Amino acid sequence: MFDRRLIQNFDWLLLMLLGFTVALGILNLYSSTSGWNLSGTPIYIKQIYWLLLGLTLAGVLTLFDYRHLQHISPFAYGGCLLLLASVLLFGRTSMGATRWINLGFFNLQPSEIMKPVLILMLANYFSEHETPGGFSLRQLMAPGLLLGLPVVLVLKQPDLGTALLLLFIGGTMALFAGIRKAALATLALLGGATAILGWFYLLYDYQKQRIYTFLNPEQDPLGSGYHIIQSKIAVGSGGFWGKGFMQGTQSQLSFLPERHTDFAFSVFAEEWGLVGCLILLTLYLLIIVRGILIAHKADSPFGMYLAIGVTAMLFWHILVNLGMVIGLLPVVGVPLPLFSYGGTCMVTTMVGIGLLFNISMRRFMF
Amino acid sequence: MPLNAPQPDDIGRRRRFEWLLVAAALFFLLLALRLWYLQVISGERYDLQSQKNRTRYLPIAAPRGIIYDRNGEILVGNRPSFTLSVLRQDVVDRDRLLSDLAQDLDLDREFLEQAWENQRYYPRYRPIPLKRDISREQVERLAENGLHRPGMLIEVQPTRAYPHGELAAHLFGYIGAISEEELRQPANHGYRAGDYIGKNGVEKNLEQYLRGQDGERLVEVDVQGEKLRQRVQQPPLPGKRAYLTLDLALQQQTERAFGDQSGAAVALDVHSGAILAMVSRPAFSPALFTDGISSRDWQTLLNDPDHPLQARAISGQYPPGSTFKMVTALAALHDHVTRTGEVIDCEGRIALGNRDFRCWKKTGHGPTNLKKALRESCDVWFYEIALRVGIDRIAGMARQLGLGRHYDLPLDNERDGLIPDKEWKRRRHNTPWYPGETAIAGIGQGYVLATPLQLAVMTATVANGGTLYRPQLIERIEEISGNVLLQRQPAILHTATFDKEDLLALRQGLEAVVDDPRGTGKACRLPGIRVAGKTGTAQVVRMKDDPAEGEDPTEKEEIAYRLRDHALFVAYAPADKPEIAVAVIVEHGQHGSSAAAPIARAMFEQYFDLPATTAPLPGSE
Repeated sequence: MFDRRLIQNFDWLLLMLLGFTVALGILNLYSSTSGWNLSGTPIYIKQIYWLLLGLTLAGVLTLFDYRHLQHISPFAYGGCLLLLASVLLFGRTSMGATRWINLGFFNLQPSEIMKPVLILMLANYFSEHETPGGFSLRQLMAPGLLLGLPVVLVLKQPDLGTALLLLFIGGTMALFAGIRKAALATLALLGGATAILGWFYLLYDYQKQRIYTFLNPEQDPLGSGYHIIQSKIAVGSGGFWGKGFMQGTQSQLSFLPERHTDFAFSVFAEEWGLVGCLILLTLYLLIIVRGILIAHKADSPFGMYLAIGVTAMLFWHILVNLGMVIGLLPVVGVPLPLFSYGGTCMVTTMVGIGLLFNISMRRFMF
Repeated sequence: MPLNAPQPDDIGRRRRFEWLLVAAALFFLLLALRLWYLQVISGERYDLQSQKNRTRYLPIAAPRGIIYDRNGEILVGNRPSFTLSVLRQDVVDRDRLLSDLAQDLDLDREFLEQAWENQRYYPRYRPIPLKRDISREQVERLAENGLHRPGMLIEVQPTRAYPHGELAAHLFGYIGAISEEELRQPANHGYRAGDYIGKNGVEKNLEQYLRGQDGERLVEVDVQGEKLRQRVQQPPLPGKRAYLTLDLALQQQTERAFGDQSGAAVALDVHSGAILAMVSRPAFSPALFTDGISSRDWQTLLNDPDHPLQARAISGQYPPGSTFKMVTALAALHDHVTRTGEVIDCEGRIALGNRDFRCWKKTGHGPTNLKKALRESCDVWFYEIALRVGIDRIAGMARQLGLGRHYDLPLDNERDGLIPDKEWKRRRHNTPWYPGETAIAGIGQGYVLATPLQLAVMTATVANGGTLYRPQLIERIEEISGNVLLQRQPAILHTATFDKEDLLALRQGLEAVVDDPRGTGKACRLPGIRVAGKTGTAQVVRMKDDPAEGEDPTEKEEIAYRLRDHALFVAYAPADKPEIAVAVIVEHGQHGSSAAAPIARAMFEQYFDLPATTAPLPGSE
């Protein structure tokens, strides 16, 4: 039965914010890849195809009541863990990392699917185990395990960026669910210890190299420091007003192979300057705020945690990518949602957005 | 379903929502501050850096795959050359730069401007070549003055080298800069403007193998365009090696034997279809194209009345003339309309309806059997036989022997030739077939057309007893590592079964053509090796009241060169155990016996490693 409130409650503002951001992203892709091959479909057109696919998925995700997902979440979680494990066993290795399962027609990257699935699972757990006083350390064991398993599996691939993102997303949800002060302090200590141990035993050399490079990029300006230096030059040389659309010299002419994916923002920053960057930042911030408000108004704890998780996912992606591009964080391959070229990122983002729409549409349903 | 929806008065939760908002805003503020620091406070410094320390990815051109002959001799190779390019993004004063360069290179400024304009749509960060293949002295002069010319680059690039000049130019084809139209073709995905691509012949048809993969080097240059540092990011990968079935020495000898006559010749391995030599004359120099052919040279080639660009061996279609008589003879024997010993009296002409069909020998050959008819190329015998067997059976036999079709060689413009039959005439001309046309077709005139390649295939098929092999040009393709990607396998297209006696009779006749003092092909006689062959003459213009078949020794001098008949000769050797089959056509050579047969002889001498005869080869006329 169709309910008129579904339309009334549809978050048109979020859709508008989304539209502006995606439009800027595609414009930017057009600029950064304009000098490429004449043959084949241009990158920005391909991105539009991915966008259409993502929108379709988001649309489908608004058609049914999100609460049904709560029951599915344990199965989805279990299945996704199996996929992650099978990647380690049978996955396709590319550039030293095993992240994909070859399905013939395309390569599946289970660690990406894990992001929304983990959010569902944790939202399920936290909504079923509301603890007004906050979780104690012992109570955190169960959700910690739910989070830890996929993180370890992804770390094994090895994919430090995605593992950290999963950790951040889960951490944000747990913090929101409430953690006792004593437990929080203990966790902070544990985290510090793990970081030190991890440096010596867990991290691969190339991951350490990235961190060295981050700390001192000038050490190897043509090697591993190259990305950071060039990106900073591109962003910085944009100045206040920018060099103008399609006028960036640093990025237009001879920038990196990744200028349309992870480093898309540096092209944008060079051409649109601080003014453009602030506009884009505002757009992203408004999307995040919108997400938090949707969580606030959600009609069930599950919906609330789900919205928090999705918003956290978007937030950390944006923060880690921008932090990396402007030299605040080491280079980890995290794309900028709605902006970087890439089908996986577009689809994951749109699935999240679809869930947000769903939650906001069904907030006065009882 | 949830029982405890969030309560608005849940203070802890409300505070946590406020925390979230504040935290998000703070993180974003941090990003904004960092951007402000980078873009405003340090903006000028970075802007300076972006102008000063320019890092560039420059391509390193990969050498194209080398083309070898069957014995590993280089047919088409590479040599290093210097190219003057500009990186337009670094150029400060275009007009001055072009003037200076024009002066240093002793070139018209317009030439450089044209090159610049032609490539203006290429990405600005890729160097565009202005002048390829400049001399060492020019390089030195440019380098001396090059200090204050930001954007100027002198690159060392591998360039196609043709150690044997015009040799087999039609086979190899040539390369050139990829055109915009070619760039848009999906098959050429991965090419970039300014890349070279095979335009023709083997270069085009084996493009996917011959093309190397360009490497890339990272170069850091200062504002003057001076290189500060560079590093190879990705080494170039040379193209694959292509081995052709050609025999360089045989090819060379054949081309030499042509002198400056026009025509074509093909030599085939009788037992595999491998093309041992394939000559089309006149030829052109493929090197002309490598640096971009000048429009004057191009016009000269296009307007040359001798059509040097035409690969006559596969796209020249000629009436096969009397060489076709082996088809007619075999068709007649096969269908039992004649016996090997049958004697027909040649009186120099045969009347058909109200028209006379003449033999080339006006006085007639007298009583003639198959052997004599082949040996002395009697037309009347074949008119008679052709009329008995009929055009459709002649056409059928011609197809069994490999005429009237193409073979999908990795070359361009391979033609089908034409084997007419009744059905064809009805379709093409909407008229019935006349008996007179059968008689004419029986001696390889009229509608019948064949390429030199097809005539060689026909000869090889007769020589090996009826197995039609697909003629092949590519022996194998291997990677630089020696890994073989493609190895030629003989391909049998069709096997005809002939009566042994029929075949023997035909072969004896063909042998007599060369071996017998009365034979028309005696100019191809070799010491120690028996040759079987057949001469032919292809009419260029049917002259009024001229004999239909004209091996006529008179009036030679009077006939203007372009109206003279083409001379043909097909042969295989050794006659008793054939190894090689050849077809030779000399345009306007008049007589197969005098113009074409000596070229075939030169080919056999080379193939069998015999000392060259002292008899002079036919020169220009």
